[in-house]
Amino acid sequence: MLKTLRGALSSYLFLLPALLLLVVFTLYPVLYGAYLGFTEYTAANFATRSPPTWVGLDNFRTLAGDELFRISVLNSLKYLLVVPALQIASLAVAVLVNRQLPGIAFFRAAYYVPVITSISLAAVMWDWIYNKDGVLNWLLKGLRLMNPDSNLSWLLDPNTAFWAIMLVTFWRGFGYYMVLYMAGLQNIPEELEEAARLDGASPWQTFWRITVPLMQPTILLCTLLSVLSAIRVLEEVLVFTNGTGGPLNSTYTALLYVYKKSFGGLDFNYGLASAAGLVVAAIALVLSVINFRLFREGSVRA
Amino acid sequence: MTRVVRAAPPVARTVTRRRVRHPLRQVLTYLVLFTIFLFAAFPLIWTFVISVTDSNAVTTGRTVYDFPASLFPQRVTLANFVNVVQTYPAVGRAFLNSLLISGLSVVLTVIVSALAAYPLARHDFRGKAVVFAVILGTMVLPTETSFLVNMLTLAKLKAWPVIGPLIGIGSYLGVVLPTVSTAFGIFLMRQAFLAIPQSLLEAARIDGAGEALIFRRVMLPLAIPSIAALSIFTLVNTWNSYFWPSIALTGAQNKLPLAVEMLKLKGAFNDNIFNTAAGAVIMMVPILALFLFAQRFFMRGLEGATK
Repeated sequence: MLKTLRGALSSYLFLLPALLLLVVFTLYPVLYGAYLGFTEYTAANFATRSPPTWVGLDNFRTLAGDELFRISVLNSLKYLLVVPALQIASLAVAVLVNRQLPGIAFFRAAYYVPVITSISLAAVMWDWIYNKDGVLNWLLKGLRLMNPDSNLSWLLDPNTAFWAIMLVTFWRGFGYYMVLYMAGLQNIPEELEEAARLDGASPWQTFWRITVPLMQPTILLCTLLSVLSAIRVLEEVLVFTNGTGGPLNSTYTALLYVYKKSFGGLDFNYGLASAAGLVVAAIALVLSVINFRLFREGSVRA
Repeated sequence: MTRVVRAAPPVARTVTRRRVRHPLRQVLTYLVLFTIFLFAAFPLIWTFVISVTDSNAVTTGRTVYDFPASLFPQRVTLANFVNVVQTYPAVGRAFLNSLLISGLSVVLTVIVSALAAYPLARHDFRGKAVVFAVILGTMVLPTETSFLVNMLTLAKLKAWPVIGPLIGIGSYLGVVLPTVSTAFGIFLMRQAFLAIPQSLLEAARIDGAGEALIFRRVMLPLAIPSIAALSIFTLVNTWNSYFWPSIALTGAQNKLPLAVEMLKLKGAFNDNIFNTAAGAVIMMVPILALFLFAQRFFMRGLEGATK
């Protein structure tokens, strides 16, 4: 008995730093943040060390009446459009590079490079591409997709800023999901695809009947990760528009709202910011549930 | 067996057909691969070209927008880099800050994760299942307001006597500590420790080694590939992270990493795109070199996250 107690003690000693940090910086913020959403708490409260005041649903009523919050949530939902594009493209590219070809390792590595590019670097580089004299306009004019006399500043136009930023998300994301899909593809027994081919299945049929159903767990994981990061998009819109939310608030997203209401603006209204954070968290939760539902139905059909 | 026999004729057909179509398909495949390559790599290639372009020898005045002529600079120079480091000493400082913050993150992440992973992999103790479930559970927490509360926590910590300035808001450790303990790191290290043969542990115990000694002398050395994967993964993430450092280092301008300074430089260099590009390359090169050097470990770390 004493021995097992000492054994457990030494085990917990090993675990102590990790658990302590997890509790202070991961568990506590989530719980305290949820609580703050139902309180009135500002920088002034924090400075004078006066505790948060419970105000029930007041913050949520404020949010419901705030036009900017409505726009920001809608923009976050609109941002989900990047998910199908990103997933289809990265799965396709994974299938493309998941074979023995001379030089294929080079392409795989090159496709991953945008993933390890920081958002600030991306902002610097894509700014030139999106400039009115930039490469994108040059390319589109060259392809006759754009009037040669027009001068579009992609990040400054309220009609395009949102999509321009989304393309950067796509650019920084597809290599990441490609690697995850490649890992999934490697788990498919080669004999299965071989057998299908021997039975006379076309590559297209093999892909839809063998690869996609067997990849379903990976596809679910990647879609889920992608949905959650799309609904939480913040850094892109923060960096590309210098934190303004873009022309006519066209790139204002829900988490940018949380940031602006807490530290990024003049409000310092931690209670309201936390309430907005709770709304985003609730949306993320609903989307995850929908994701799981959709994929379970898919597996029944397949 | 029967299936193979039955399918014999189509095989022969496919093989011949493939042989005929092969060269064209190959060319097409490489064309597609190269197009995607341009999409992925163009911004970086472009930035690199601008950074080595002699700004006095650009075709139409001091502009790089004269595309595609500007993709082939008339004169190549390293002057832009010298210019950046000389006129903006903040770049050098920020570079050191990035090194320090990333280094601290890597060391602490590896230590904390490995320590926690060891009992989870090799000990049997009361509450183990619960602890492990809680750690994994932190991966799905709604973290939307974590940055807010963590910032308040760091501000409170700063008021602590003696250690306050070391771990509070605006300190190097303050940026690092909230990111050090992650389910991903602990899980990755646990997988590594699980793969170590039990006989080695038993031999060490028979020799009278204590837990700390076994951990240091047996477990850690055998887990080096995973430690490398976790280190590189952490290094890339912290080197690139922008949002959290920019908040946690509020009021400590001189401690900001390159990823944050980069955007200020962009503003400061607005008139000189060549210098901005040089600054970007300075930030990009170390991480790119590391990635190319340690690609395999890196991918392994990524895959470890999904198992």
